[in-house]
Amino acid sequence: MKRWVLVPAVVVLASACLCPVSSLAWPWSRKAEEKAESVKIGAIFAVTGPASFLGAPEAKTAEMLVEKINAAGGVNGHKIELIVKDSGASPEKAVSFCKQLIEEDKVLAIIGPSTSGETMQIKPICEEEKMILVSCAAAEVIVNPVAKYVFKTPQKDSQAVTWIYQTMKDMGISKIAVLSGNTGFGQAGKKQLETMAPDFGINIAVNEVYDKGATDLTDILTKVKAGEVQAVVNWSIVPAQSIVAKNMKQIGMDAPLFQSHGFGNLKYVEQAGEAAEGILFPCGRLLAIDVLPDDHPQKAVLAKYKKDYEGKYNEPVSTFGGHAYDALMIVVKAIENAGSTDREKVRDAIESMKGFVGTGGTFNFSAEDHNGLDLGAFEMLTVKDGKFVLMEKK
Amino acid sequence: MTRRALIPVAVLAAILAGIQLAVSAAGRDYYLTQLIMSAYYAIVVMGLCLVMGYAGQISLGHAAFFAIGGYTSAALTTRNIPAAHDAAWSGVLRSAGLLWARPDLYGETLVTVSPWAAFVLAIALAVLVALLIGWPALRLKGHYLAMGTLGFGLIVYRIVLGTEFLGAADGITGVPPWEIGLGIVISERKAFRVVNYYFAWGLVLLVLLLLLNLVHSRVGRALRSIHGGEQAANAMGVNTAGYKLKAFVLSAALAAAAGCFLTHYNRGIGPSEAGALKSVRYVALVAAGGMANLWGVLFISTLLNFLSLRGFFGTFDHAAFGIILIAIISLTPEGPLAPVGRWLRRGRGPQPGTVRDDDTQG
Amino acid sequence: MSQILQYVFSGLTTGSIYAVVAIGFNLIYSTTGIINFAQGEFVMLGGMTAVSLSLFMPLPISIMIAVLVVAVCGGVLEIVFFRRLRSHSVLHMIIITIGLSIVIREAALHIWDEKVRSLPYFTGNECSSVKLLGAAISPQVFWVLGAVAVVVAALHCFLRYTLWGKAMRACSSNPIAAALAGINTSNMRTLSFAVSAGIGALAGCMISPISMSRYDMGTGLAIKGFAAAILGGLGNPMAAVFGGLAVGLAEAFSVIRLPAAYKDATAFAILLLALFVRPHGLFGSRAADEAREIAE
Repeated sequence: MKRWVLVPAVVVLASACLCPVSSLAWPWSRKAEEKAESVKIGAIFAVTGPASFLGAPEAKTAEMLVEKINAAGGVNGHKIELIVKDSGASPEKAVSFCKQLIEEDKVLAIIGPSTSGETMQIKPICEEEKMILVSCAAAEVIVNPVAKYVFKTPQKDSQAVTWIYQTMKDMGISKIAVLSGNTGFGQAGKKQLETMAPDFGINIAVNEVYDKGATDLTDILTKVKAGEVQAVVNWSIVPAQSIVAKNMKQIGMDAPLFQSHGFGNLKYVEQAGEAAEGILFPCGRLLAIDVLPDDHPQKAVLAKYKKDYEGKYNEPVSTFGGHAYDALMIVVKAIENAGSTDREKVRDAIESMKGFVGTGGTFNFSAEDHNGLDLGAFEMLTVKDGKFVLMEKK
Repeated sequence: MTRRALIPVAVLAAILAGIQLAVSAAGRDYYLTQLIMSAYYAIVVMGLCLVMGYAGQISLGHAAFFAIGGYTSAALTTRNIPAAHDAAWSGVLRSAGLLWARPDLYGETLVTVSPWAAFVLAIALAVLVALLIGWPALRLKGHYLAMGTLGFGLIVYRIVLGTEFLGAADGITGVPPWEIGLGIVISERKAFRVVNYYFAWGLVLLVLLLLLNLVHSRVGRALRSIHGGEQAANAMGVNTAGYKLKAFVLSAALAAAAGCFLTHYNRGIGPSEAGALKSVRYVALVAAGGMANLWGVLFISTLLNFLSLRGFFGTFDHAAFGIILIAIISLTPEGPLAPVGRWLRRGRGPQPGTVRDDDTQG
Repeated sequence: MSQILQYVFSGLTTGSIYAVVAIGFNLIYSTTGIINFAQGEFVMLGGMTAVSLSLFMPLPISIMIAVLVVAVCGGVLEIVFFRRLRSHSVLHMIIITIGLSIVIREAALHIWDEKVRSLPYFTGNECSSVKLLGAAISPQVFWVLGAVAVVVAALHCFLRYTLWGKAMRACSSNPIAAALAGINTSNMRTLSFAVSAGIGALAGCMISPISMSRYDMGTGLAIKGFAAAILGGLGNPMAAVFGGLAVGLAEAFSVIRLPAAYKDATAFAILLLALFVRPHGLFGSRAADEAREIAE
């Protein structure tokens, strides 16, 4: 290839990349496309990368909701402009995007990020800049200590663990094994499991962490089998959840398997196939809508979300997408309640919101509680004939 | 260094100042944030350029050094040392500036290592690890070296990911701002943004001067002779093993320093900074900048990191790096700026400072 | 005793996966001297393609077509990126393959999406297991081991008894002499890429039921595959199999003593140890490697 063809080609490529940078030089030509009437909401999700099972459904849910709301006229007459940033679960990118959303896009509120690590990195920034942050990550430290502008929608890990341990106690189980993935989610769950075990008389005989990308876990399960435990708790994300279930059956372990509320997607049941039968886990009711009585407060909301999501994206709903649903709708409801798009008023409206019916449960916020969910947000579900059903209490 | 060679650096300094003034005047100083972060990454990439471009040694684990620097700094300045609260020896250390006490979120007093001391320890650790790994690894050639460094990088990643003390998957947050003195505070708060911008880029210019000086000196020529043909260099009496190791250790120290500063700036660090994807990205930036071309590397690294940190590539972030890497290596292995450089220097004969890869073997 | 055996089986399961990846590396390295960092992506592509195809055709046919498609991709990759760039140094080649692996992975993300998927078990299902001396192993593992054995045997026959195979071996021991003898070395390189990609794809299909396929599974496998290939010694397919099984077993047994969190670090530590102590692997020979370097 002749050099004189190459050089211009490369120069053109370079200038194409420089165009956004060149807007530095012409700030006065900034397009006046900021629609006077629209409300900007920022979102930082891990759409690609190691946490994509969280971020992808979250982003899809948020986009779907904004489309629907705008089609119905927006909120208080304002259209919503959703700005989604893909952080790939990198904390440094989350920091950079957070600053962008606050200073350049001047959004009203930020929903997300998807992981606890990222949320903790941007929590101080949002607090200092007085930016509303409604996180879709589950760590307790996000709302404890309470920061004035930071909220979260997923249920507390400690509540999930309470359900698991209570069920175990009812089943007479006291010696267990804990397996967790080396992700933030896994480690947070592990900590709760370890802290709360003595309160329920549970003894953790085997406690192992494995890599989230592991393809086969029979070696760790062999160690577990040797520990002669009465039950196994697995706190991880895909694909490990299904692999643990399969491997347990393959090496002939009959002990009941408890999973975290991260098991909340029918696809995981499909992947584990027959090995998924009998798995027990605490879950938001999104996955067991069919067995809810018609007058249950959450039923209408859940059914509509499920129908819209599955209709649009042709994939089963997951509780993770539900966290984004809750985050966005809480902000929208707060704007409605406050009757304005002033950030302080909206923040106050969120903090004083009671009885908001979301996918994760019914939210009751207060100045001390920026999560709003209690034990009642969970139900103990189990897998029967390839479907989620409520666990029958004996 | 000749006066003449300093001119480009001075021009760059002027451009940087110009950018800051223009941007602040237009009220858009948020661009400075991403420029600051790109500056620190550029330091890592320039150090890697020395190793890969000039000494010809491929290192696929350089993010590990950045992480060693950043995590050491972060861990030491955030973890409380309970034993040091009332002990007499801690009082001595505190007045020497090695430990410091500050209030934490809950109003209690936290006694941790001070940022300066943590910095020194971080660099020392990085240098030590570079020596330990570099000495056996640099005896390997070509793809063996590539895989050895990759393996090393992955081990560091796994350690960082699997250890509670280092924050495991969530990383370390709450790293305090660092007062360097003279009113410079490394922190991402808005008030300090312009100061941080000049500090970061000042550091880059310093490193650039250092490396340019090195490359044009006896050491630089020795490194290039190693790249050109190690056996020949050995035959001429060049201490190839020694020079390779020194280059490797220097680049490790630079990466670790950048890690410390960026960690204080971002107020935290996560395991993603140590992963193979980051290492590969650094290699991609060196390759895309033209391997043995410090200016090209600086330019490309800043441009691409700036765009990436602003989310310009959206969900195609990694793909963009991969594509640019392949395109540049296949089409213009000496970097996109090389034709420009050659045009500028036309009629002046062959220039030092660029290595043409087609006349090297293996 | 049955516990030890269970660890052995566990090690064989993962080890067989690494072994097949290692064979692919070996083949390309022997014939072209390039370390193909994108080998893991071929495995991923094989599995993902087969899963998509299996939605509308029977399993064996989807696997065959997937293998063919990926093999063709491998050949095309070689023609586009490596044929014209012969003169580039080892450094450049490595970097190009790294770039390719990134691009292929991201392309897979956008073609398919981030979800995990898998082929159905070839025999039995998720719960079935074969009991041997008190330890249990999934029947799918026998399929994988069987595939490895078939691949090694077929490769051996190909390289030793067919004209093309002998041509490939000639290219690997001395490319210049081979060219002088009238062998089209460029075509041999393309062929080796295609065959290697096909082997990887087959592996991807075999392991899909056990480890499931997702767009980013390639990177981890590639790295462990390297470790296996280097441990065995580059240039020898049988050694690659041995290396793979050895790495798998080492990982499985490391769980007994070390916290499982550091299990992956074991494979990498072995890699480093092998490189520092015996870079030519347990079965490779120094002379063979040096002959390559001079010939290049």
